Amino acid sequence: MIVTTTKGEMDDSLLEKREGSVDNDNENTTWVEYWLADEMVHRSAHVRLKKSVVSQTEIGNF
Amino acid sequence: MANTQAMCTSFKAEILSGIHALGTTVIRAGTGADTVKAALYLASATVNAATTAYSATNEVSGTGYSAGGVTATNATAPTSSGTTAYWTPSASFTYTTVTLTTSFDCVLVYNSTQSNKAISAHTFGAQTITAGTFVLSMPTNDSTNALIRIA
Repeated sequence: MIVTTTKGEMDDSLLEKREGSVDNDNENTTWVEYWLADEMVHRSAHVRLKKSVVSQTEIGNF
Repeated sequence: MANTQAMCTSFKAEILSGIHALGTTVIRAGTGADTVKAALYLASATVNAATTAYSATNEVSGTGYSAGGVTATNATAPTSSGTTAYWTPSASFTYTTVTLTTSFDCVLVYNSTQSNKAISAHTFGAQTITAGTFVLSMPTNDSTNALIRIA
């Protein structure tokens, strides 16, 4: 697979792939990094928002 | 039968569509939906309920990112279910092939048609992107999960 990196397009076989994720009440996030030796040359992230923003309405009494 | 004091649910949904103008309003060029955009902000920024409009101050910057962010896909009109009105963009916010080296943790959703007035701020764990793509997926568009809800 070809990966876009800071060095240009590279085949992923030349790179070390690192992945991670976090899952909590607010989000489910995954990310992928590609490293060339000691240099990170690509990082993408996908955040799935879980919480919406809510506005509560109220009406007044006479 | 009995009468019940309530905020009319139809009103809540109509607020989201700009039907009611209880204060001074604006002259609209048409009846179409406004253009909504999504801008990313640095973790050091202060974007919150007090934010009134999009600002480039403390917005992320880097290769491939255009100031102002991306345009939200808005194919689904606001609606309601039960007593909750809601709306969610109909596609993810995708920032393709960007390099954002300073950590960011917030997206401001704003109305670019109406002088960039702010709609909502959403936070997430701080991220950086290197020659990659950042995708913000939307929650399910229903009365309990939609991105924006008036309950």
